[in-house]
Amino acid sequence: MKKNSLVVRMVLALMMVAVLFVPMMGSAAPATIKIGTIYPLTGANATTGADCMSGVEMALDIINNSYDIDFPFAKTVGIPNLGGAKLELVVGDSRGDATVGMAETERIITESKVCAFFGGYQSGVVKTTSMAAERLQIPYVLSDATSPTLTERGFQWFFRVIPHDGIQAKNALEMVNDIEKKEKVDLKKLAILWENTEWGASVAVELRKWAAHYGYKLVADISYVYKATDVSAEVLKLKAANPDIIVHAAYVSDAILFTQTMKAMKVAPKVFIGMAGYLDPNYVGTVGADAENIFVRGVYGLDLAVSKPYVAKINELYKKKYGRDMSPNAARSFTAPFVIADAINRAKSTKPEDIRKALLETNMPASALITAYDGVKFDPVTHDNTLAKSLYLQIQGGKLRVVWPFNLAAVPYSYPFAWGK
Amino acid sequence: MILQLLTGGVLLGCVYGLVSMGLSLIYGVMGIVNFAHGALVMLAMYVSYWLNTYVSLDPVIGTPIIALIMFGFGMILYKLVIKRVLKGPFLARMLVTFGLSIFFINMAQFLWSPDYRNIQGAISKGTFMLGSVFIELPKLVASVGSLIVAALIYWFLRKTKTGLAIQAISIDRSAASLMGINLEKLNAIAFGIGIACAGAAGSLLASYYYIFPDVGTMFGLVALVAVALGGFGSTEGALIGAILIGIIETLGGFYIGPEYKYALIFLSYVLIVIVRPKGLMGWGAD
Repeated sequence: MKKNSLVVRMVLALMMVAVLFVPMMGSAAPATIKIGTIYPLTGANATTGADCMSGVEMALDIINNSYDIDFPFAKTVGIPNLGGAKLELVVGDSRGDATVGMAETERIITESKVCAFFGGYQSGVVKTTSMAAERLQIPYVLSDATSPTLTERGFQWFFRVIPHDGIQAKNALEMVNDIEKKEKVDLKKLAILWENTEWGASVAVELRKWAAHYGYKLVADISYVYKATDVSAEVLKLKAANPDIIVHAAYVSDAILFTQTMKAMKVAPKVFIGMAGYLDPNYVGTVGADAENIFVRGVYGLDLAVSKPYVAKINELYKKKYGRDMSPNAARSFTAPFVIADAINRAKSTKPEDIRKALLETNMPASALITAYDGVKFDPVTHDNTLAKSLYLQIQGGKLRVVWPFNLAAVPYSYPFAWGK
Repeated sequence: MILQLLTGGVLLGCVYGLVSMGLSLIYGVMGIVNFAHGALVMLAMYVSYWLNTYVSLDPVIGTPIIALIMFGFGMILYKLVIKRVLKGPFLARMLVTFGLSIFFINMAQFLWSPDYRNIQGAISKGTFMLGSVFIELPKLVASVGSLIVAALIYWFLRKTKTGLAIQAISIDRSAASLMGINLEKLNAIAFGIGIACAGAAGSLLASYYYIFPDVGTMFGLVALVAVALGGFGSTEGALIGAILIGIIETLGGFYIGPEYKYALIFLSYVLIVIVRPKGLMGWGAD
């Protein structure tokens, strides 16, 4: 009897331990969640690709580890609703090429079995990478490429957080209009200069449309190859047109080349607006004082820290890691992992279809973003962010300062444009 | 305006020319197309950058030194790699320089990051007016430098014993060998000189152009067309071809449209190949 009761007790004890352990085992060792991304890590856009990647790495660090910052996923470890499972990044290199980008995306999705995809940076590349994701039915969140055509294809799996070029082009001319009113000047002659891949071409289309709307006269409409080694012919054409306003859609190496050539040939617009490549820290680093007073469109500026204290804290973390301030490009790319983490957390699942459904119901407030958007909410048809908004920055003292819209401006803009010494 | 465009074209062409001459010389002597030429221009730009940063050597003044360094590097590269594949099958000869190019570009990216760098405060800077024509001083200096190097190579090939021997090799390899010319040694020298040209071009470019791992690719590609245009194996042809390309690029870019300028370069190449397959001044057997 005694022996028997001992056995019974032992069995009972073991059963209790087992009952206690089973649920714990489920949450004690959460698996990692694989997400894929692609950037131009080699080739002419490599510096920008590396800059974007630093933003992505920062985002994953904040999501996966615990930091004392008032920001979603910062205080917790991993994805809270999935037992703190951490995000694991699988990175591909597009080399800035649409064909390579598509092949890499397919490889990452099929080989690494990622449950979501993001990034790309160049619209021309995203056009094909998003096709691969659509075909393989993996949700794709884009926070760093702006061609309007990307969301006009009726894709089911593709979502965009950043405002597209239509909005950004309109904002550019709105700003010029505002400056004209404030300075009591009349600027008429507009020149647009664009690199001839998907993105540059779409900026040009939108600018032509809005130029007509705001009554600017298009005196030059110049496209070029962004890998060019010399742009004298382009700049001479620009000089001959003698524009008041120049809007330049460029990647980084061409932005540098044009700035140097325009200065050498003394092209002197009153307002000079740059895009994309002008945000790369290497741009200001390379051309130095020649970058002064150029307006750059962006969705982020360190000046946003005035209304969002966590922007400064995140920048501090970033600075500790990379030794420089977070650039607007890095901030753009920083956003997508959070949108994905938010969707996975609400879906409580890593099934692509569940994540897609969760993305459709996304409703992130402005306080969950470091960019200037009013929040993230996807249009049910196009999947563009209906709360997206852009800013204009101006390079002053080697730093990007928010100058437009005027109510968000951290410092007054400087006008007219003049070349640095 | 046309004068301005022509000047720009010639200045651009001279720098392309320096890259092309080295390429042409190597092809003429060894029968290999050096796809790594652009990457070597890039390496020379970095050497120039580091010399400027650490011993404040101006890239223009440092050109002979960098050419010399690259000459040595070319000889080593020949002894270590090129010599071995020269005996190999045709495909190996084709691919080895291609592989080297990828290796150098990725090495630069790994060691020095993809960041853009440029040399601040080079002695040649600014622009001046010549009549109604804007001239950028650094480009003028680079072009004059290119022409000096071209003249030196011309003199070397025509007037020195070694130069004549190199020419002999490129005309008829086996006959030259039968005449007692040491092929091994001259191959190494020719390869070294070819790379030294890339070195000089890199150093001159570094005085005004920004430097990053992929910078050589487009120069290498254009140089390849210049060489084909001028005639494989002819150094003068390469220079003339390159200047033509420079002019086509600026004139075509202005009058037809900048988006077509590279298309125009390749189109003119195709036309010349159809009309005159050897290129403008080629004399080697293709």
